Amino acid sequence: MRNDLRRVPREAGFALFAVAAVVLLAGCGGPYPQSALDPASDFATRLDDLFRGIFFWAVIVFVLVEGALLVAVFRFRDREGKRRPEAVHGNTILEISWTLAPAIVLVLIAVPTFRTIWDVDRPTRDPDALVVEVIGHQWWWEFRYPEYGIVTANEMHVPVGRTIDVRLTSADVIHSFWFPRAGGKRDVLPGHENHLWFTMDSTGVFPGQCAEFCGLSHALMKMELVASSPAAFAEWVAVQQRPAVGTGAAPVPADSLAAVSEETLPGDTLSAELRQILETGQQKFLQSGCIACHRIAGTPAAGVLGPDLTHVGSRRKIAAGILDNTPENMAAWLRDPTTVKPGSLMPNLNLDEDTIRTLVAYLESLK
Amino acid sequence: MTDDAAATAEGHYTSTGLPNRKLLMWTFIGSECMLFGSLIMTYLVYRGRSITGPYPEELLNIPFITVTTFVLLMSSLMMVLALAAVQRNDMRQGKLWLLMTALLGTVFLGGQVYEFSHFLHEGLGLSTNLFGASFYLLTGTHGAHVFVGVLWLLSLFVLAVRGRLDARHAETVEITGLYWHFVDVVWIVLFTLIYLLVS
Amino acid sequence: MAATETAARPASGTGTREGTYAGGLVSWLTTVDHKRIGIMYAVFAFSFFLLGGLEALLIRLQLGSPENTLIDPDLYNQLFTMHGTTMVFLAIMPLSAAFFNFMVPLQIGARDVAFPRLNAFSLWVFVLGALFLNASFLFGGAPDAGWFGYANLTSTQYSPGMRIDFWVLGLQILGVSSIAAALNFIVTIINLRAPGMSLMRMPLFTWMTFVTSFLLILAFPAITVGLVLLMFDRTFGTSFFNPAAGGDVLLWQHLFWIFGHPEVYILLLPSLGIISEVIPTFSRKPLFGYPFVVYSGILIAFLGFGVWAHHMFAVGLGPIANTVFSATTMLIAIPTGVKIFNWIATMWGGSLRFKTPLYFAVGFIAMFIIGGLSGIMHSSAASDLQQTDSYFVVAHIHYVLFGGVMFALFSGIYYWFPKITGKMLSEGIGKLHFWLMLLAFNLTFFPQHLLGLHGMPRRTFTYQEGLGFEAMNLMSTVGSLVLGFSILIFLWNVVVSLRKGAKAGPDPWGGATLEWAIASPPPHYNFRRLPRVHSRDPLWAEGGLDVAVNDPEAPEPHMPSPSLWPFILAVGIIVAATGGLTHSVPLALAGAAVVVASTYGWAFQPLER
Repeated sequence: MRNDLRRVPREAGFALFAVAAVVLLAGCGGPYPQSALDPASDFATRLDDLFRGIFFWAVIVFVLVEGALLVAVFRFRDREGKRRPEAVHGNTILEISWTLAPAIVLVLIAVPTFRTIWDVDRPTRDPDALVVEVIGHQWWWEFRYPEYGIVTANEMHVPVGRTIDVRLTSADVIHSFWFPRAGGKRDVLPGHENHLWFTMDSTGVFPGQCAEFCGLSHALMKMELVASSPAAFAEWVAVQQRPAVGTGAAPVPADSLAAVSEETLPGDTLSAELRQILETGQQKFLQSGCIACHRIAGTPAAGVLGPDLTHVGSRRKIAAGILDNTPENMAAWLRDPTTVKPGSLMPNLNLDEDTIRTLVAYLESLK
Repeated sequence: MTDDAAATAEGHYTSTGLPNRKLLMWTFIGSECMLFGSLIMTYLVYRGRSITGPYPEELLNIPFITVTTFVLLMSSLMMVLALAAVQRNDMRQGKLWLLMTALLGTVFLGGQVYEFSHFLHEGLGLSTNLFGASFYLLTGTHGAHVFVGVLWLLSLFVLAVRGRLDARHAETVEITGLYWHFVDVVWIVLFTLIYLLVS
Repeated sequence: MAATETAARPASGTGTREGTYAGGLVSWLTTVDHKRIGIMYAVFAFSFFLLGGLEALLIRLQLGSPENTLIDPDLYNQLFTMHGTTMVFLAIMPLSAAFFNFMVPLQIGARDVAFPRLNAFSLWVFVLGALFLNASFLFGGAPDAGWFGYANLTSTQYSPGMRIDFWVLGLQILGVSSIAAALNFIVTIINLRAPGMSLMRMPLFTWMTFVTSFLLILAFPAITVGLVLLMFDRTFGTSFFNPAAGGDVLLWQHLFWIFGHPEVYILLLPSLGIISEVIPTFSRKPLFGYPFVVYSGILIAFLGFGVWAHHMFAVGLGPIANTVFSATTMLIAIPTGVKIFNWIATMWGGSLRFKTPLYFAVGFIAMFIIGGLSGIMHSSAASDLQQTDSYFVVAHIHYVLFGGVMFALFSGIYYWFPKITGKMLSEGIGKLHFWLMLLAFNLTFFPQHLLGLHGMPRRTFTYQEGLGFEAMNLMSTVGSLVLGFSILIFLWNVVVSLRKGAKAGPDPWGGATLEWAIASPPPHYNFRRLPRVHSRDPLWAEGGLDVAVNDPEAPEPHMPSPSLWPFILAVGIIVAATGGLTHSVPLALAGAAVVVASTYGWAFQPLER
């Protein structure tokens, strides 16, 4: 008995230290490029503000209630010779008070919650919003810009300062579209169209990930949000609107010529070496079965099951955000997609090294 | 009170005065309400959302099902008569009404089988469209419940024929009746939602 | 205490070698004694808890470093699916059932439950169903679409093979077990209470068992229907969840969560009952605000049916639905808080004896507060758009289910172990177990709040470098290993104490409720004479019990006879399910025949022979 009594304060001291250590340790690490606590849009900021407000009340409640618990635990320890405590059965006033007090705190949380829900959950009313259609696939993201006639994959470009009106659906199972620094997530469901909108307030590259379990490579279904100045975004649009490099199918709009580098101009401004790569590469591409799933605008390849590859060379990452876009990685992907991304619907085409080399050069040239 | 009597009294003591088995059946019926409720919700959610036909308006034969519904309702009356007979130990009547209940239940099931085969003939299978799937599942589950009830009633009938069922087992017959009436009430709801309120 | 002294010496033959726990395999297979059934529930449940824990350790080892290749995604997806399914259905629920079984009849002063054979049936269906579900590992792989199995990932198109069929059928079987048990306990608690024990004089654990049983019978049908729809889609080609034919994947989510949210209260409420018994006993003071604790339990259960779509805040239900479900979810925090305040008020002014059960009870309150607060954060639908489907949720659920429910279950184990086995668990090892577990638990799960807020989604078999997830994942993994070790400490305590533990008398803690009036372990008939009750906390009443419940002069009560039918019927169900799994009509019919035949056999076998 006496040992129990003496041990409690010592044990408690140890416990307090351990808890503090854990809490402090938990703050280790960083930076956090995908963090919801580092908002970069109006949507993300609204949610972050709401969270901090709730967190404030949570800390207060935590301190008060855990404090009361600790006080009770220390103050009312059984001691030698202590009489049997008085049997108190209840106190209606206390019951009412500690029913009302939490209710009031909850109201303080509910009001900003409801306001935020009604602001972010309804479709945007901005007539100048940029509509981006997002289609989730196992395990990559398709982005379409109806206003510009652009189709791309896994890298979503947006201009800073303009409302982005995202329309979401799925081609197969349920996924979830989540760029934490751009805001909350929204599930993408087959047979449904969901909405989300946000306005980025700073430029940068923001990583995102699928956030609804969707099968074998759910963890490898990532994407990047590239927020750029309106001018840079317009350049990107112009490039995306063109057919693939070297196809020369459609004339380039005059006002976007200035921003385009020599190497990516279609037609006869290409170097002989580049022209060679494009010709042999396109041949290999058309022969190797790629056209069953992929589209390269300006060529006969018009598959829709896989990502659009018209400008794949200009993307920062490949395989839905999990590999940097380098020739080595591109080659590894072509060698065996199912090793890089288990369950990948892109089969191992058993390409020989020569073909892979040619295809890699070709695809990397499609800027 | 002797110790033995006390022990016996203890053994049969209940806090409410109601028999355990009756409480069990009522509670089970509560659970079954949620089961049928979820199936009904599925049917209603998918009403009008079939992409291909055949559609309910084309197939549902309300006059026919009204008759089978009436038959099932009458079977509940038979059940009431059966219970009353058993309670007053009139096992001749008891056997008659138990058999009639089972018989009318079987007629109802026959009607369901006829309806299902007619629908199948008209091209409505389980996997044809959402109407087929939700209709067959909902009414089929109900039909399975009726079938179990018929087996139960026939078992009681056979026991009665063998002289092993009488007024001492009235509680068992009452609990059977509870189940049977519940299955009947569920059908009223189904009949209303599926047939009378066809959109 | 006066009560147990006047109750006379407990009846003879109650040791573990004779009486209550006697007998070999056949005896245990055919028993209808609630106490033995309770012990079997506990043993099986704890074994599955260890299995689920192993699955968790493998998950944590894989996530200990970025782009780890210890576990491939296929195995990983099976592991996290089975970890969730095992812990919910095969560990926590049956552990709670173990306590329902052993304690409720004792607490209400009864000799057994209302339907002893139905009770055995529930046990065997659970055991065989659990084995059926885990057999999947040997036959093509375990279910791998999450414990929540969202359509349409679970369709045959995206989940070919038998894995999901194992899951669908396994859960249906377990549902039968749970509903049967719940029906049994509802009738038992309504009808078998000792004279004088009104509902408002029942022990809190019995109250929470009562409420949980209603949740079970009303919530399970929803998932039963969902599973049937999925089974039909997979087996007969229906389109309940096929968008191409007009089906809606959201129907699954609604049906699942209409079950799933009450399910978490099914997991929680029994633990709240345990805490409501342990705290008064070790404070030597009656529970403060008994009626309010009861009503808040009922209110939680009731409101629990109105919050389900808070699992669907990111699904796009629209602002009206999200507002309503936010509101109802916040509302449910109020009765939960009321309980916590009443427990603290019970301790306040009390005389706290720090035995291991109280350590775990206080630990429960401390951890549950944290879990509840992260729950409040989730309740805000807008804020939840960042938190849902991330590690923040994982942290929340483990704070309420491990820091909460498991700590409470351990409290219950340490509290009632003497009653069940007649031996005391070691206090020294118990305290080591507690502190190690508390520290390891927090080390494992606290960092996960931050992982979630910093953008790590859940159910991911790996993560890339450069996102800042490494340190916290490593911490969590280290914590999980220590957590596993702390469970081994507990097992060591059990083994050592069963062998050499101090003998426990009828009432080692000075308890207030009827189970402490009889021997440890109790004789197979529990009470030689049924007690009469005049108040709550009958053993603390002035003069104690007025009926000599252990009087050896009273005639030995005649108890229900053992029966093999419950086991056979359970086997029939498994055979039929296997027929369904393998699409074998003969097997399914054979199983159905066994079911029908054993139903008749059972019905015509007298309860007492």
